[in-house]
Amino acid sequence: MMFLVAAVALFVTMVLILVRLYAGPIVYDRVLAVNSFGTATVLFIAVLGFLTGRPDFLDIALLYALINFVGTIAVLKFFRYRALGDIPQMPAHPGEER
Amino acid sequence: MDIPALIVEILSWASIVVGSFLMIVSGIGMLRFPDFWSRTHAASVGDSGGMILLILGMCLQSGLTLITVKLIIMGIFLIITGPTATHAVANAALVTGWRPKTAADLEPETGVPYSDLPEPTVRGQ
Amino acid sequence: MRTILSALALFGLWLLMSGVYKTLIIGLGAASAIFAVYMVRRMDRVDQDHLKVPLKPFRFITYAVWLVWEVVKSNVTLTKLILAPDLNLRQHIFRVPNTQKSELAEVIFANSITLTPGTITVETEGDAFWVHAVSFDESDHEALADMDRRVTSFETGAA
Repeated sequence: MMFLVAAVALFVTMVLILVRLYAGPIVYDRVLAVNSFGTATVLFIAVLGFLTGRPDFLDIALLYALINFVGTIAVLKFFRYRALGDIPQMPAHPGEER
Repeated sequence: MDIPALIVEILSWASIVVGSFLMIVSGIGMLRFPDFWSRTHAASVGDSGGMILLILGMCLQSGLTLITVKLIIMGIFLIITGPTATHAVANAALVTGWRPKTAADLEPETGVPYSDLPEPTVRGQ
Repeated sequence: MRTILSALALFGLWLLMSGVYKTLIIGLGAASAIFAVYMVRRMDRVDQDHLKVPLKPFRFITYAVWLVWEVVKSNVTLTKLILAPDLNLRQHIFRVPNTQKSELAEVIFANSITLTPGTITVETEGDAFWVHAVSFDESDHEALADMDRRVTSFETGAA
């Protein structure tokens, strides 16, 4: 019962965040929305595991948390340097590139 | 139902309901707040308070099992990575020239990094 | 010694995560822990990065409890701010000096600032952070200096 409350609340939150994801307006709003959506999804998967009585879902939630963080950082790195591998002229301290 | 079990039940109900409320509040804040800088704060309500309370409620429900250990590992991981990701987004916005706003009645601090960059324009507006 | 300890730690983590205790499965888990440590040892020839944790454990736990209380307080503040009919935001970006010696303690301080809703570390700069606050109050400077003192106090090597 209480997990049903949490699942509905998380679902509403995810819909609200999706509206912000669509509305933007700047690209960092969208990245932030994707990150929050990921956190909500992790909790939603965990709650679903409790709701359906299958604790194996927690492993999926843990994995999703890892992927969500790495994905956010990768997207931000791509926006900043337009590359994902080694960056030849990566500044030792941000700000020295200019 | 004996008394300790009842207390645990009430505590987990309370933390899950309050955590769900905080998640919805964070969603509402992300829609209501006017600009990017304030929206980062709205997102951090759900990422810290809502997340901690929901995981605490689930831990109390599952008792002393391996599930609790997994939940705690997940909680510690989210506590470390959530602020790091928020900081990374805010820092990337600052580095590309998005200017943080200062309230009208406050003196803007001097020497804010990257404040000499031109403000980018929003495409399609 | 370090190798055996890390292999044991990895195997313990594996035991906690798996929950299936059959001989074959446990053997596979032990094999994967040993393989991971072997790979890390091979990489160690290039990467001499050893983890040091210059923290006092008991004071750190005290700080964590205090930090949870701070998170609760600022969550209440921000919830009121979001649900208020008129949004009276008072955004401000300001400089917060930090006094930590080790990088780990600096990271803990910056992450604590960001973890409490309402303040976000935006940029680091030598011995100070730039912090963005959504509803700035003149007492925020004092509150963040207090947090800075608390973080510095559980660092080893500090007074």
